[in-house]
Amino acid sequence: MATEQALAAIAHDEAPPSPVRMETVGLHAYFGKTHALKGASLQLLDHQVTAIIGPSGCGKSTLLRCLNRMHETVVGARTEGQVLLDGHDIYGNGSSPVSVRRVVGMVFQRPTPFPTMSIADNVAAGLRVAGRRPESPAHKAEIVEKALRSAALWDEVKDRLKSSPLALSGGQQQRLCIARTLATEPEVMLLDEPTASLDPASSQKVEELVYELRRQITVVMVTHNMQQAARASDRTAFMLNGELVEVGPTRRMFTAPEDSRTEAYITGRFG
Amino acid sequence: MTAAPRDKPTNRRRITNAIMLGLLSVAAIVATLPLILIIFHLLKSGLSSMQLSFFTQVPAPPGRSGGGMANAIVGTVMLIGMACAFGLPVGIGAGLYLSEYRGSRLATAVRFLCDVLNGLPSIVIGIFAWELLVRPVRHFSAISGAVALAAMMIPLLTRTTEEMIRTVPNSLREAALALGYSRWRTSLAIVLRTALPGIVTGALVAVARIGGETAPLLFTSFGNHFWSLSPGAPIAALPLQIYEYAKSPYDDWHAQAWAGALVLLALVLVMSLIARFVTRARFAGGHGD
Repeated sequence: MATEQALAAIAHDEAPPSPVRMETVGLHAYFGKTHALKGASLQLLDHQVTAIIGPSGCGKSTLLRCLNRMHETVVGARTEGQVLLDGHDIYGNGSSPVSVRRVVGMVFQRPTPFPTMSIADNVAAGLRVAGRRPESPAHKAEIVEKALRSAALWDEVKDRLKSSPLALSGGQQQRLCIARTLATEPEVMLLDEPTASLDPASSQKVEELVYELRRQITVVMVTHNMQQAARASDRTAFMLNGELVEVGPTRRMFTAPEDSRTEAYITGRFG
Repeated sequence: MTAAPRDKPTNRRRITNAIMLGLLSVAAIVATLPLILIIFHLLKSGLSSMQLSFFTQVPAPPGRSGGGMANAIVGTVMLIGMACAFGLPVGIGAGLYLSEYRGSRLATAVRFLCDVLNGLPSIVIGIFAWELLVRPVRHFSAISGAVALAAMMIPLLTRTTEEMIRTVPNSLREAALALGYSRWRTSLAIVLRTALPGIVTGALVAVARIGGETAPLLFTSFGNHFWSLSPGAPIAALPLQIYEYAKSPYDDWHAQAWAGALVLLALVLVMSLIARFVTRARFAGGHGD
């Protein structure tokens, strides 16, 4: 009996790591008295793209912003419940917002290059705080090139690394922001409607890039473009009025949703 | 037909428009008229005294001709420098606090007191500096003058810094926080740096304003007819020297007062030009770490 338990324990230890990278457990979020997120429990699988869809104001951005503790930067905002990263509560004792954000990177709806820095310095902007301060200019150049290549931007900017990021197009600026986040080597990347302010051609590039990223990291993307969710994600979560209605493999969500509200949304009856 | 009844009001509107435009143009010209007259008059009365000796010599004793305002020019530059050393860090720091913690009770109080301080007559600030730094040691000093000037500079700078930092979009702040920047590093490395051209402009405007102040210096730095570079001793300053010479009964002192005023104006003008230049040159290539 005891041997069996020991064996079970060993077996458990040696089993492949849980595919769940991040998980929210009964997560509530508030803005003052507004109850924006009502008890969401969502699992984010390792090396997969999870898309969060839903109509405007359904709480999908709020859920995303709870995953790297950006929600609490808004005055009067607070959360209840747990967010587990590799089994550890990022809201628990011994965890700080800054250390969480160094592991869980984020890209916003509008491109946000730092206007006072050159393109190369933008990419390197997060390195020092992430504890990966480059040892030499050559090392820095190497990191910058690698991040820009991962963000499919290198060929377009390699000749003007020292110039202002403001001269880039919106789509290039957004990929620059993705490169800036990638340079810090996050384990999870959150994208908040990353293509909402871009033209179709730029959107497509970012979308392809997002789908490529899952080889390296775990990706969560909020979008209200359902085609985008269908094309660029492995799993899809549907939210409505602050509730997580349904989560599942993207293909099943779009072909055979279990909840009638999901079906109504994806067939375009509201939203 | 239908066109006729419409014509009349249109005509009237056109005339009203022309009259209003004319009135506003006149107001715009009158607004700049004082500056043009001042420059013209200063050039006329002051240029003749602006020889090399004016910039190299200290004032001549009464009754003797010649002499210059070299010590007053240096004194003004020194007073401004010391005022900046006190005022810039405090003013910019306070402005940063006001914008980054805008909702806090302390911020509301500081903002209100800054506005009050901004409206305070400069002579009152002079009296305050005298009470604080001159009376206890029983002698005038350059440093008390600099403190008085800094006290004038700080509220101005605080409010401009706050306004400039407010123009930095919140999305930049969020981007830095999401990259793992701590709050203070976000404030300094991203927010302050982005707002820097505007803050530099504000600082130069504040410097230009205190450069010409006379009242706060009357009983603090006091003035000096001789060379002095000591912060603990009375020091000459252009506005004081102008004031003293303009009051005097001597014609050549009057002429020197005009020349001093011209130099002061030139200093302020140069400062404003630099401020404009800095504001325009927003991005100056890549910055290495």
